[in-house]
Amino acid sequence: MLVPKAGLKSFLNETGETFRFALRFFQQGFRPRYEVEEFVRQCFVIGYQSLPLVALTAFIIGLVLTMQLRPSMVNYGVEVQIPAMVGIAIVREIGPILTALIFAGKIGSSIGAELGSMKVTEQIDAMEVSGTNPFKYLVVTRTLAATMMLPILVILADAISLFGSYLAVNLYETLTFGLFFKKVFDNLAYIDVIPAFIKTFFFGFAVGIIGCYKGYHSKKGTEGVGLSANSSVVVSSVLIFIIDLIAVQIAELFQ
Amino acid sequence: MTEFVIKIEDLCKSFGDHHVLDHFDLSLIRGENLVVLGKSGSGKSVLIKCIIGLIEPDHGKIQVLGQDILTLDQTDLDHIRVKVAFLFQSNALYDSMTVRENLEFPLRRHSFQLSAEEVDDMVMEALQNVGLEHTVDMMPAELSGGMRKRIALARTLILKPEIILYDEPTTGLDPITSVEIITLINKIQEKYKTSSMIITHDMKCVKMVAQRIAMLIDGKCYAIGTYDELSTSTDEKISAFFD
Ligand SMILES: Nc1ncnc2c1ncn2[C@@H]1O[C@H](COP(=O)(O)OP(=O)(O)O)[C@@H](O)[C@H]1O
Ligand SMILES: [Mg+2]
Repeated sequence: MLVPKAGLKSFLNETGETFRFALRFFQQGFRPRYEVEEFVRQCFVIGYQSLPLVALTAFIIGLVLTMQLRPSMVNYGVEVQIPAMVGIAIVREIGPILTALIFAGKIGSSIGAELGSMKVTEQIDAMEVSGTNPFKYLVVTRTLAATMMLPILVILADAISLFGSYLAVNLYETLTFGLFFKKVFDNLAYIDVIPAFIKTFFFGFAVGIIGCYKGYHSKKGTEGVGLSANSSVVVSSVLIFIIDLIAVQIAELFQ
Repeated sequence: MTEFVIKIEDLCKSFGDHHVLDHFDLSLIRGENLVVLGKSGSGKSVLIKCIIGLIEPDHGKIQVLGQDILTLDQTDLDHIRVKVAFLFQSNALYDSMTVRENLEFPLRRHSFQLSAEEVDDMVMEALQNVGLEHTVDMMPAELSGGMRKRIALARTLILKPEIILYDEPTTGLDPITSVEIITLINKIQEKYKTSSMIITHDMKCVKMVAQRIAMLIDGKCYAIGTYDELSTSTDEKISAFFD
């Protein structure tokens, strides 16, 4: 009984610490001095790092999803509904969650490792003792950049996925580009799009703040850095699913 | 009259039941080079990190330039930190930035009114002090250990500090480079009239820089005196360092 009890205690402890860390983001993030240059650089780095993998995955998912849906749709004689169905699936759920998970893997781990190695080599302490604010320079910029970039990546991923789906449809029949997208958008209401878009900001924030928290509190040694990178991915992925679950409930209320 | 720039009273710090600092007292006089001597793991780094506010002590009082740093809020603490430079044992250079960016980092965040040329001049002056102007656009990873130490020193100098805390400035360097660094420490003290606290267990370093030596033994300031006074001591714990 002792182990689970200790585990629960450290889990709750860690959760509390993470919330305090996130709170500090809101306390410090919106007061000068603003690290604009570093924020812009981080946006670029974060977007650039994750774009290829996001694009590739999105394309393949769109393509494969459509091909695998097709036989059952044909069975029911509703293959004309494929664009509508794939559109809903991608825009509401697959696009956001898949992109967010890839983002967690790619960006969460790289933020965790970068800040972790800065922590263990005392670079964060060095910023602190020179009277500059490492939290602003490192945490605020990265978290904000992750929060802003993920929604953009999701929009791109949705578009690429739908394009993949359009190609898959055209493997079997001829459907013009315009008609395909008309079918997709005719079936999409604001209530489908807006909540799906809003939740991606929360996904991005979760990945950024968890990566920063894990890096900032990295244990000494090279092992600590690896651990930070690894647990950033695990924790932010779980958080993404939890946020998704909550977002669905909230969206239901407005339906 | 002697003016104290750092005054430590009754400082205690434990990790678990390991009492690293145990009622430690020490003062740094303006303009002097004070060496804190202690064996590895005796708590020298913990001491120096308490002074700069990186580690919070369990008990005691630390006055830096007349202000009690344990009661200061973040803004005032940052003000003090500009006047007190800290040279890390590990150098702690920002490894994703060039040498120039390393030096500019504190400067840009404290002296907003400086023009680009002024920043550049100050960077070059700091590099000149350590004789490494040519490395300005290199990355820290491209430099040797001794060069990195000197760049780290240049970075601590850029804000024109009144006090410099050195954490084992010669550890891990070869004897010749060590002497270069020590010479540099003396040169900087002469040029900028800084007060320095140098932490070390390197006796050659002690002999070359120390005006006073404090012995950190068993978490206390065990003895304090000049090199000549301490090297002739008959106390076993002290003489062990001077053999
Ligand atoms: N953050 C910490 N947590 C636990 N123990 C620590 C911590 N920092 C230092 N110590 C312990 O304090 C003692 C003194 O360390 P330190 O001041 O680094 O020694 P040194 O005199 O070699 O610089 C060591 O035994 C070390 O294990
Ligand atoms: Mg040490």
